[in-house]
Amino acid sequence: MTTRVFSSGIRRREDPRLITGRASYTDDIKLQGMANAAILRSPYAHAKITNIDTSAAESQPGVLAVFTGKDIEGHLNPIPTAWLIPDSDLKTPDHPAIAKDTVRYVGDAVAVVVAESRYQAEDALEHIDADYEPLDVVINPKAAAQDGAPQIHDDVPNNIAFHWVVAGGDIEEAFEKADVVVKDTINLQRLIPNAMEPRSAIAQWVGATGDLTLWSTSQNPHIARFLTSVVTDVGEHKIRVIAPEVGGGFGSKIPYYADEAITSFCSMQLGIPVKWTETRSENYQATIHGRDHVEEVEMAATKDGSILGIRTTVYAGLGAYLSTAGPGIPTILHGLMYSGSYDIPAVHGDVYGVFNNATPVDAYRGAGRPEATMIVERLVDLVAAKTGLDPVYIRHRNFIDPFDEDHDVVTGITYDSGNYAAVLSKATGHIDYDGLREEQKKLHKEGRYIGIGVCSYVEICGLGPSQVAGAVGFQGGLWESAIVRFHPTGKVSVMIGSSPHGQGEETTFAQIMAGELGVDVDDVDVIHGDTANTPMGWGTYGSRTTAVSGAAVVMAARKLKDKAKTLAAHLLEAAAEDILYEDGKFFVKGSPDQHKTIQDIALMANLAWDMPEGMEPGFEANAFYDPPNFTYPFGSHIAVVEVDPTTGQIELQRYLAVDDCGVQINPMIVEGQVHGGVVQGAGPVLWEGAVHDEDGQLLTGSMLDYALPRADKLPDIEVLSNTTESPHHPLGVKGIGEAGTIASTSAIYNAAMDALRPLGVNGIDMPLTPEKVWRAINQSKNGG
Amino acid sequence: MNVPVEITINGKTFSDEVEPRQLLVHFIRENAVLTGTKVGCDTSQCGSCTITMDGIGIKSCTTLTVQADGSSITTVEGLSNGIELHPLQEAFWNKHGLQCGFCTPGMLMATSELLRTNPDPTREEIRAGLEGNICRCTGYQNIVLAVEEAARTMGG
Repeated sequence: MTTRVFSSGIRRREDPRLITGRASYTDDIKLQGMANAAILRSPYAHAKITNIDTSAAESQPGVLAVFTGKDIEGHLNPIPTAWLIPDSDLKTPDHPAIAKDTVRYVGDAVAVVVAESRYQAEDALEHIDADYEPLDVVINPKAAAQDGAPQIHDDVPNNIAFHWVVAGGDIEEAFEKADVVVKDTINLQRLIPNAMEPRSAIAQWVGATGDLTLWSTSQNPHIARFLTSVVTDVGEHKIRVIAPEVGGGFGSKIPYYADEAITSFCSMQLGIPVKWTETRSENYQATIHGRDHVEEVEMAATKDGSILGIRTTVYAGLGAYLSTAGPGIPTILHGLMYSGSYDIPAVHGDVYGVFNNATPVDAYRGAGRPEATMIVERLVDLVAAKTGLDPVYIRHRNFIDPFDEDHDVVTGITYDSGNYAAVLSKATGHIDYDGLREEQKKLHKEGRYIGIGVCSYVEICGLGPSQVAGAVGFQGGLWESAIVRFHPTGKVSVMIGSSPHGQGEETTFAQIMAGELGVDVDDVDVIHGDTANTPMGWGTYGSRTTAVSGAAVVMAARKLKDKAKTLAAHLLEAAAEDILYEDGKFFVKGSPDQHKTIQDIALMANLAWDMPEGMEPGFEANAFYDPPNFTYPFGSHIAVVEVDPTTGQIELQRYLAVDDCGVQINPMIVEGQVHGGVVQGAGPVLWEGAVHDEDGQLLTGSMLDYALPRADKLPDIEVLSNTTESPHHPLGVKGIGEAGTIASTSAIYNAAMDALRPLGVNGIDMPLTPEKVWRAINQSKNGG
Repeated sequence: MNVPVEITINGKTFSDEVEPRQLLVHFIRENAVLTGTKVGCDTSQCGSCTITMDGIGIKSCTTLTVQADGSSITTVEGLSNGIELHPLQEAFWNKHGLQCGFCTPGMLMATSELLRTNPDPTREEIRAGLEGNICRCTGYQNIVLAVEEAARTMGG
């Protein structure tokens, strides 16, 4: 029975507490004597602060204190970025937790009120008298990089935080030799991640002991502890960070934010616990955004459809300050993926990281890879349109041949394994691609416009080898560690350094234990999210938790299996090499009836009454796992849309995902990740996007104004898979968290353009709202 | 000036004096200390705060506590005793209808309202019935399947 638990879609073990309302998220926690903080945020996108008068606020009912930028001086160091991209002339202007002289985006913290209740704190914000002298504003990342653009930081000319280049092969030759060159400007708009749980923090400073406890909605509590120490100067050993139940993140809960530092500061000043929880509208201003790329791109190809090269100039908006992983997203996680699933002889990309007067940008689901996939897959479709070749044919023509191990691509990275043709064939076969094309022609004659869009993606996941992390400027490691502890009764606690928040590793890691040591999943508890009782780890993001943290669990379990064999041999009076293991039992070759279960072994090791000479008591192992390479999941997705030319409405009619994430531990969970990912990638094509006015006000400033995907706007998503093992992972796992998002934006956009092409429309900026589509169709009718 | 209210939540009566402006969701979370009901937005869009008041599904973030005076409320904690699960809870669990779980209490209560008014909904009706609740993890698909299963087991 236990052997089948691994790789089966068992129900999640985290669900009972969630479906009964018994789970405890940060804002659900109430400490004795706790006060509440509310933060005053800049209403201007760029301004000098000329005066702040907090006296009226201080005398409001329940108010305990009001702090401004002056008060934090000498107490809070600037909020750091943790990704210092080398060879890019990176500028790292100071990011004070509370602005003192200048505000640089709508939402920049200006003051904080601490009061007995949240209502009182919010009320008191209204009584802070802050005066500003507005400055010129720039939002578009390309505009921000031009001469004469408003200067956001004094020492950063043209707002260019870095210029990073990816290059391989002879790009000049590629474009000289080309029969066909296609070009486009892709505006991958700014997105608001919208994890359903708003961010929240509770800081509890105990002055007598110097201990700081921070409950935080974090995807990576160990990094949060590290950076809390850097910002507050409290020793890392005196800081405990707890990420309790966390309600989604999608990258937005990776960064260490000013708000956590401010909350800590308030507690340290007042000596009482302080809670801060953002409102949703505050989340839209103060929690990181994603994407914000202006991509000027071109592809060189032969007339028979062979890709010769890709050239890009990308202006990546970073917001007003560098967020924790901000500089790494449009560079390492983006430009290195320009080869996609294809053999491309030459690439050249110039990426400019640009400050703009908007919320800082950081990792949002897919982080850099949806932006890269969009470039490659959009250009492939443009080559198809120009050459008159079928988009599926062109993909097959250029795919890297199947490989089980290590394939170098022109950007300088090494894919682990892939079979790109297989997944596309599976997708086209399942959806009857040729039949769909026939149907499309038939409907066209009836005046109906359906579009078929393909995206064949490969992504870089399982971050990652720490040596590479260091080489590319990430100010941390990317390994994970785990402790597997058997209690005397044979029950198991698995403690991990990563920090799942919806991905289901409390279940999948128990399934790993079932697979490795034959224990029942219900006998395993997976503990995460508290720096006080988990070993060091770098967190949950980048589709890395199962790929890296899961591998650490495997390695720890295998150490215990070795120890169990030695102990079983001793107890069964046999030689260790004669001990066999099967389904939780250790026995002498040929005598399976005389066995010791893993529970027997755990008991005997814990009692230590009769141990082999030199063996330590206890039954616990830890492992540190540093992956030898990244993992490279891949897949092909196909979207079918219909455009109504009279209204401009685009309906997503059908969506098929075929993904290869390596070995699947729990296919039900894998499928759920694909569903959610696909929908998050669909949103930006059809509905979503942060809109600012010319003064930098966020017009899509609430959930009322920012159009998230809703249940009634979506078809059922069909999910198929393929399995190509990662050769370097102990279980052959690759990762699936981001795949859906990486693929679906391109697949649906390509489908929409496929539908619009006969109407004379070749490109529209996302989101493809009915008005924009209708205007484009009518402009084209009127001669373009 | 505070106003006295008496509200029954999950069968237990809470009497308190509250500010007239207090939102019902805050009464539930702060005064009654039932934190299963969530606040996910501030514009009545996300539905994480959905409860039933006198048997009818409402969003508790756009209801004042004083409006609920004398009413009987059920929150996610009242769906079952937490040991024996309600068929809705079972269905969400069986169908992997949740990931991070934050929208789930609201989804469960919205589903309860949906099935009250339409015990045997089509898939399209389920999608339409849940358009007032936002989930960012599941893409809604397994939620829809869970509602279908719940409708079956609840005998709709």
